[in-house]
Parts: sequence; structure tokens; C-alpha cells
Amino acid sequence: MANVVLRNVRKTYAGNVEAIKGVDLEVGDGQFCVLVGPSGCGKSTLLRMVAGLETITSGEIDIGGRVVNDVEPAERDIAMVFQNYALYPHMSVYNNMAYGLRNRGMAKPEIDTRVREAAQILEIVPMLERKPRQLSGGQRQRVAMGRAIVRQPKVFLFDEPLSNLDAKLRIAMRVEIRKLQRRLNTTSIYVTHDQLEAMTLADILVVMNGGVVEQIGNPLEIYQKPATTFVASFIGAPPMNLIPLQGTDIGLAGKDSAAGILGIRPEDLVLSDQPAGSGGVALDLTVEAIEQVGAETYVYGVRSQRGDTPTVSARPGELPPGEILVRVPGQIGPGIGERIQVVATHDKLHLFSADGRKRVD
Amino acid sequence: MVERRRFGNIFAHVVLCIGVLIVAFPIYLAFVASTQDTATIANGQMSLLPGGHFLETYYKTLFIGSSGTTREPVSVMLFNSFVMAMMIAVGKIAISIISAYAIVYFRFPFRMSIFWLIFITLMLPVEVRIYPTYKIVADLHLLDSYAGLSLPLIASATATLLFRQFFMTVPDELLEASRIDGAGPFRFFWDTLLPLSRTNMAALFVILFILGWNQYLWPLLITTRDDMQTVQTGIRKMIASSDALTEWPVVMATAILAMLPPVFIVVAMQKLFVRGLVETEK
Repeated sequence: MANVVLRNVRKTYAGNVEAIKGVDLEVGDGQFCVLVGPSGCGKSTLLRMVAGLETITSGEIDIGGRVVNDVEPAERDIAMVFQNYALYPHMSVYNNMAYGLRNRGMAKPEIDTRVREAAQILEIVPMLERKPRQLSGGQRQRVAMGRAIVRQPKVFLFDEPLSNLDAKLRIAMRVEIRKLQRRLNTTSIYVTHDQLEAMTLADILVVMNGGVVEQIGNPLEIYQKPATTFVASFIGAPPMNLIPLQGTDIGLAGKDSAAGILGIRPEDLVLSDQPAGSGGVALDLTVEAIEQVGAETYVYGVRSQRGDTPTVSARPGELPPGEILVRVPGQIGPGIGERIQVVATHDKLHLFSADGRKRVD
Repeated sequence: MVERRRFGNIFAHVVLCIGVLIVAFPIYLAFVASTQDTATIANGQMSLLPGGHFLETYYKTLFIGSSGTTREPVSVMLFNSFVMAMMIAVGKIAISIISAYAIVYFRFPFRMSIFWLIFITLMLPVEVRIYPTYKIVADLHLLDSYAGLSLPLIASATATLLFRQFFMTVPDELLEASRIDGAGPFRFFWDTLLPLSRTNMAALFVILFILGWNQYLWPLLITTRDDMQTVQTGIRKMIASSDALTEWPVVMATAILAMLPPVFIVVAMQKLFVRGLVETEK
């Protein structure tokens, strides 16, 4: 049991490429921390630095009150689950799990107890004598987890462990990982690019982009109060609508004039022909496309505009400028080409500075 | 369609059978010759059916030897050849797997230069560097010894390259998992890399054993004592020049015997050998 503290951690590769630009993070004892971000944001690098597989250019990593910057991975008392599982192909499941313990010189009976215990928890007892290539993806995943838990480490590290599984299995394993972590109460750091996985697993969610931390917090807090437009569009699916305010006719009574971008989640827009309440926003849309997924309907609309709107270019994961996405519960939606009005109440509005780097409330 | 395919099959088999006959006939002939007596062959009246001197000839070949080699029994030569081929095959594999490990997994200064240096030696086979190699072996007093026979042939760029290519296909995560599992460089090599290379090593062993077994020029140069010569050079010496009568049955028996160990190695390791050549899943 231990907490993990990162103090101004940086990573610079040869040729002055900065992969991690100063990260501060504290994961409390027994907490489940999820690092989420688009590919190339440095989340895996950061995890590998905690594991000791990458050197630390500057800053400090502290596991359980001990600075581990120059400690070998094996001595850090961590266990890691890799994306491709990295099981030893020539060893049986049993030996895969026992290998790390043998290298530590643990006594045979003790190894046996631990491996069988872990196998029981993960329900892989009948497979102990098989080779990894005789197992399905989900079973390999379990073995990889088993290899981690037999060590009884201070910290579990997960590097996108579910991304090689099919969608159904991924959801099942996600729930299992969470239950297992609760049961063992071991501090965990988990890397994923899937925001849904991140939201459902995390005690602490860390949203990263371009080597910096955009926001740290409880998942719901981040959903409710994203600190930057990046976080706003990355967390939550479908992504938040971001509307530049300059030169538009959207009236924002009582809101800060420093705001440059207005954000509204698709689920917070309601079809209504009534005017918006005080401080709320009403948008006139022409319906362009409709997606029905059963439980809900996504309506893509373009704002009926008077005059020119300054356009901002869309980043990946964001909607094209001028387009508004509305999420309507059920299967009833307007027809294509229809003109509709959607409203959002005052407390559902998110305001950001013009560069999107700061939330202004 | 069925007719055509059947004809195609028959045609293919006929062609293959002719091929097999072309390869097998000389070997059969050698065997037949080894069972005749010397006079019959010298008369040029050899039949195509095996004669009645099988046991006699092979006993003589293995344990007495031909007068051409001053009566050195072929069993001794076979033993020498076997020791040499084994030392070359095992030595080459051991040296090249270790050097490939160093080149792939360690970051040391001039790593790439060393790699290219090894690579360049591909262009210098034994025949090219034969004089300097001979001089070194002679200066080290290794003439007429097993070490002299095998050591100069052990260094192998080909095997190093092969292992290097194989190691580069091993996922990095395996190394990382080993590091987290507390395995140092030696343990990783021994516990993970070696078992994974098993089929490659087997395939290489077959090739290298035959390569070592078939060496002719080098043993010819550095062995002067009859009891140190290999079977390949021994056969040549049995074929008498001008004045003596060549004991063809013995020569042919030796040729047949010399063929057996490589055949045995290939048959015994065939499964692993083929897997080593075609295996893609790591």
C-alpha cells in the first residue's frame, strides 16, 4: 500500500523533443488513477517512467515515500499489465505468474499458494498448465493480471490493457478490473485513450494533452466543470459543442465579458419553442443530419445565422465550426431540413477564454 | 477437369520420380560397389545388384582401413569429422547468439560499427584468409588438434545476422516484463530469449553441422597426422595414385558411411528444422 507522487516530472528525448513538460500528480493510497488523452499525449511515457522503463529527465517520482528515480523497475515494487500482455510464450500460465516470484527467491510453497490464490480470483485455475498461445484474448488478459497480482505490489500499472479485446469483453473486463482493484485496495495507475473507460474506472482522472496535464480531478467534476476546451471536447461523448462568441448574436446576460468560447453539452440542449430562461441560451438550428441509436437520437444542426460568424478550425474530436449537436432522448426527432429551436439553461453553460486554455465562470 | 487434374498429378509424379532416380542412382551405385570385391570392380564387370562382400568390406573399412591412408580405420576419421562438425556447429551458435544479444539489446559505444565489422567478415570466407589463418593456428601450436580444426571456422557473421533479425522480432514488452519481474540481462537471455530461439537454433544447427562436416580444404591443410584427418580428406587419400590398386569397395563404403551422419541429423531434427525456417508466430 502506497501513494504515488510525481513532482514536476519532465521527459526530454534526444533532439530536444519534450514528451512530458512538467507533470505534478498525487495518487493517494488505494486510489485508482486514470491517465487519459489522445495518442501521443505522453500518458504512456509517464506511466513507463513510473514503472522505471523510461528514464526521468528531471523532477521526482516518489512511491510510498521513497524517491525511485534511480531504482530499477524490479525494485520499485510495482507490477505492470501491458497492452499486448507480454506473456512469456514458452512458459505455462503457472510459470508466467510464478516467474517474478522465483526471481525474488521466494520459497516454492509460498509461490504455489500465491499463484493458486490469484488463479482462483481470476478464474483461470483450469488453464494453469496451458501455454499462452492456447488461450483466448480475454484469458491472456486475465493471466497478465494474475502475473501482476501475485506480486502483491504497492502499485499496479496498466498500459491500455483492454484495447486488444473486442467491445463486449472490454466492458466485462473493465468492470472486473474495477472490482479487483477495490478488493485488493492497491494503488493503481491506468492509461487509456478511451474516455468512457476513464470515466468509469477512475477515482482520479488525469486528462493529458501534448505532454501537459490539462486537468486533474474526480471524473464527474471534470465532466461538469472542464477546465479547458480540450477537456470539454475530450471528456463526454458525443463531444461538447463549442461556439465562438465574438461577433455572434448570442446574448449572455450576466456572464463575464472575458469569455470567448461558449460550450454546451449535446445532452444539455433541449428541444423547445419557449424562449430561454434568464441567463440561458436559445439557438435556432436547421437540421442537417440525424443519427438514431435506439435509446437516443443525435441531431446535427447548423445555426441559422444573421451576418458573418468568425470561424475557428476544428481540432480532432471537435465538431466542425457552426455545427451543433443535440442529443435527444428516445427515438423521436425532427426531420431533416426542419428548423428547430434548442435551449440550454444558465447552469448548463460553460464559458472559456478565447484561446480555450482557461475556464471563466 | 478431374481428368485434367489427374493427368497433371501423374505428370508431376513422373517428373519427381525421375528427379529422385537421378539423385539416388549414384548413391545406390556407390553402395553396390562397396559390396563387391576389389577385383570385380577393377575388371570393370560390376553388376547392378549388391555383391556378397558387404560385412567384410564394412568391417575392413571401419576398423582396419585402406592401405592408401596407411591403414587408418575410417571409424577414427568419422569420429574426427563428427567432433569437428559438432564443435563448429555448437561453437558458431554459441558465439553468434551471444554477439547478436549484445548488438540488439545493449547500447554501447560503436555498436553499429561493430555490427558492420561482423557483417563485413561475410565477405572473407576461409579460402580468402587461408594463409593468415594457417599462420595463426600454426603459431598457436594448434596444428593436428581438434581446436585447430574447428576454432578458425567458428566465427560466423551469417548466424549472428540470423539471430539479430530474430531478436528484433521479439516484442520489447517481453524485455520490459522481465525487467519488472526482476530478471537481469543474464536471466532474460537464459529464461526467455534462449527458449524462444530454440527452433532457430535447431535449424541453424542442421545447416552448420553439415557445413562443418563437409569441410575439405581446411582439414587438408592443417592435419598431417593420419589419426587426425577427417573422413572427407581421408576418402581422397584412399584413392591411390599410379602404382597401387585402389580399393574401390573400401572407398565407396567410406563414402556411404560419410553420408550417414548428416542424413541422420537432418532426419532427427527435421521437425524442428522446418519449424525454425517457417515459424512466424513468436
